[in-house]
Amino acid sequence: MALETRFHVLAVDDSLIDRMLIERLLKTSSFNVTTVDSATKALKFLGLVEDELRTFETSVASEIHQDVDVNLIITDYCMPGMTGYDLLRKIKESKSLKNIPVVIMSSENVPSRINRCLEEGAEEFFLKPVQQADVNKLKPHLMKSRNKGDQDQEQEQDQHFHNKRKDMEAISSPNKTRLKCSS
Amino acid sequence: MTMDVNQLQAKLREHQSAMFQQGFLDDQFSQLQKLQDESTPDFVLEVVTMFFDDSENLLKNMARCLEQVPADFKQIDAYAHQYKGSSASVGAARVKSVCATFRSFCETKNLDGCMRCLQQLQQEYSLLKNSLQYLFRLQNDIKAAGGSFS
Repeated sequence: MALETRFHVLAVDDSLIDRMLIERLLKTSSFNVTTVDSATKALKFLGLVEDELRTFETSVASEIHQDVDVNLIITDYCMPGMTGYDLLRKIKESKSLKNIPVVIMSSENVPSRINRCLEEGAEEFFLKPVQQADVNKLKPHLMKSRNKGDQDQEQEQDQHFHNKRKDMEAISSPNKTRLKCSS
Repeated sequence: MTMDVNQLQAKLREHQSAMFQQGFLDDQFSQLQKLQDESTPDFVLEVVTMFFDDSENLLKNMARCLEQVPADFKQIDAYAHQYKGSSASVGAARVKSVCATFRSFCETKNLDGCMRCLQQLQQEYSLLKNSLQYLFRLQNDIKAAGGSFS
């Protein structure tokens, strides 16, 4: 009988309490967990390095070798600096990372926010505080992406260029002293 | 005179029940308790301790901001948002509720309202902290007496 490797989840949240909570919830579901407190750290962990001038250069990023195997990313929406939404976009724009399922968490129930995230490719949107029932919804997404990894990458190249210039209005320069995630 | 385990357990149940009934705690606190097991026997205590630290920082920061002239309502709102989030995460229902009111006063730039909310928050936090510390003390006493609690 083959040994099933545990899924590795990267959890991103600037709140220490929420990181403790999500880590415990995920571990209860037998996931391996890494937590980081910012989107920037998440991207570093995933192997994407920020271009000094503006956004992440995906063509450069794909050169960087990834040692880490992350099966799912779960991120808070509202964070100082880069938001969870920005992180989602960067991931979906990255050739090497776009197949990793991303889940967004938020303490606020804002339909336009939820829709924007789902349209950008988030698999799920969880309202905080996150419950065990929410975490139980993750396994199907992980099983799906585990199988998808075997598929032809070329089809996804076209999709990549199509998605890249979508919805520019959401990107603005980060205000590092305040939360900028108004609906 | 020391109480026996049964008496302590009864006291704990009564105290915890009261905290829920009086709205100090909501279901989220029960969720935290469910996440605690033999492999993480201090999970609730750790999270709550973190919450206490967080609370004290936030209350101090909010007080400092409200003393500034003119008050930076955006910054105060950011703190209130943070506090609302963390209180929701631990099940501190009354604190969370006051934070929500606080945020609406920030939105309307109502300094008086904000000041009153801050005072209320300090009170609610103090009450909650005392109650939870008593709860943990009872749990410790039960453990020390060789008992357990669900």
